[in-house]
Amino acid sequence: MSEPLSRRKIITGGLAMAVTGVAGLTAAGHIADRYGLIPPDCGGVWGPGETLTYATQRLLMSRRSMAREFNRSDISKAIPVSGEPPTAGQYKELVDRKFKDWRIPIDGMVARPGSFSMDELKRMPMTSQITHTACEEGWSFIAEWNGVQLSHVLNLAGVSPKAKYVVAFAHDGVWDSLDLPDAYHPQTLLTYALNGDELPTRHGAPLRLRVARQLGYKSVKFLSRITVTDNVKNIGKGLGSISPEYGYSWYAGI
Amino acid sequence: MADSTYIPEVALEAKHAHIAPRFPLLVRLTHWTFTLSFFGLAISGFAIILAHPHFYWGETGNILTPPLFSLPLPTMLGGPSGWGRSLHFQSAWLAVFSGLLYVVSGAISRHFRRELMPSKNQISLSGLRNCLVDHLRLRGLAAEGYNVFQKLAYLSVVFVFFPLIILSGFAMSPSITSVFPVFVEVFGGHQTARTIHFLLANLLMLFLLAHVTMVVLAGFASRVMTMITGRPVARKETQ
Repeated sequence: MSEPLSRRKIITGGLAMAVTGVAGLTAAGHIADRYGLIPPDCGGVWGPGETLTYATQRLLMSRRSMAREFNRSDISKAIPVSGEPPTAGQYKELVDRKFKDWRIPIDGMVARPGSFSMDELKRMPMTSQITHTACEEGWSFIAEWNGVQLSHVLNLAGVSPKAKYVVAFAHDGVWDSLDLPDAYHPQTLLTYALNGDELPTRHGAPLRLRVARQLGYKSVKFLSRITVTDNVKNIGKGLGSISPEYGYSWYAGI
Repeated sequence: MADSTYIPEVALEAKHAHIAPRFPLLVRLTHWTFTLSFFGLAISGFAIILAHPHFYWGETGNILTPPLFSLPLPTMLGGPSGWGRSLHFQSAWLAVFSGLLYVVSGAISRHFRRELMPSKNQISLSGLRNCLVDHLRLRGLAAEGYNVFQKLAYLSVVFVFFPLIILSGFAMSPSITSVFPVFVEVFGGHQTARTIHFLLANLLMLFLLAHVTMVVLAGFASRVMTMITGRPVARKETQ
């Protein structure tokens, strides 16, 4: 007599626990999402690892910590190039005209959408950093980057308090996004010079994003447009960057 | 008292009943979750290396600088290092959870002190020499308790090599080193940390090889069953 009862108890108890568990996880997910702890590529097989890494770092680590900076004598003699400059007609035209009339639009959830010319960018306060760049493949180099802090440009445009991501598009079809802690980080730059020289095309001319606290692939080359948004679901496959479409994490701080 | 008789089977069972289970549940559980994560880390680590099978010393290193050594592997860009990295970090999380659970429960239950701390006799010069002689003669390898080499191997893997491989992994993270620069500074640079991470991985693979060899020598099926059920399996060869 008691056996079916206990079995029923086990089943109902198990169901209750499952429902509570799912409800608890859903609630935790909502709270985590609200506090910016869920990466856009949180789905799929690798979602748990991505989410754990990103949430743990954003929860436990300072959002303002500074990447190590080096001396001029530490600068690498030569910098390898990964990938070629875009061959598409639009970019080739820009190179042929030496990026004359090139402008970088900034739009989306900003009070003053518009665009900046290279001269305008260079008239903004220049920030210089000598930092280490690690490629996800394993190699690395140290270089000096000159540019304007992304935060300066964002403040000029007036970012909406509802915004969550800053999306960078490139002339080669690459795109990526940063959360606000990294977008406003003092070492996140829009760079136009490398080791004191004008940024070469193979390193991302005319303008390259520099994200010192993440792997090299987050430092998007050949910038063409900056968009501020609260949702990256409707860009590309909705994973926050083109990188996850090739199997690489959106958050590359590791 | 005069008519008491000694029955070996009863004595054996009584002894087992007293010490059973051989491995506590948490040790068994974390052993297998850790096994899973270890394979995930090893396979994905290899996949990551395929993207750049060269190793350097110091802060930087790339195809334009001379490597410390290179592995005779093809350079395969793209695919393998993509899923490799994802599998590596997801497995690392499982390893960290399993490892923490194992270390905390082992400390609280005094598992380390009881099972892994070498006794004064074992750690003495003669104890170490005896253990070496036993090993050279392949003698006493199926003994119940751990010998001093086993204890030292387990202790160093748990408390030295795993913490070091985690630290050298952290040393390669640009975000973690921005908060704790000392993690990379103790190694003397990003690329040194990467090389040491690789060498430590090899050392742990050697440990795994030795561990599995010992298990095979001691009776693979019975030892694996013990690590699953927690109960010692009586071995015929000892009768």
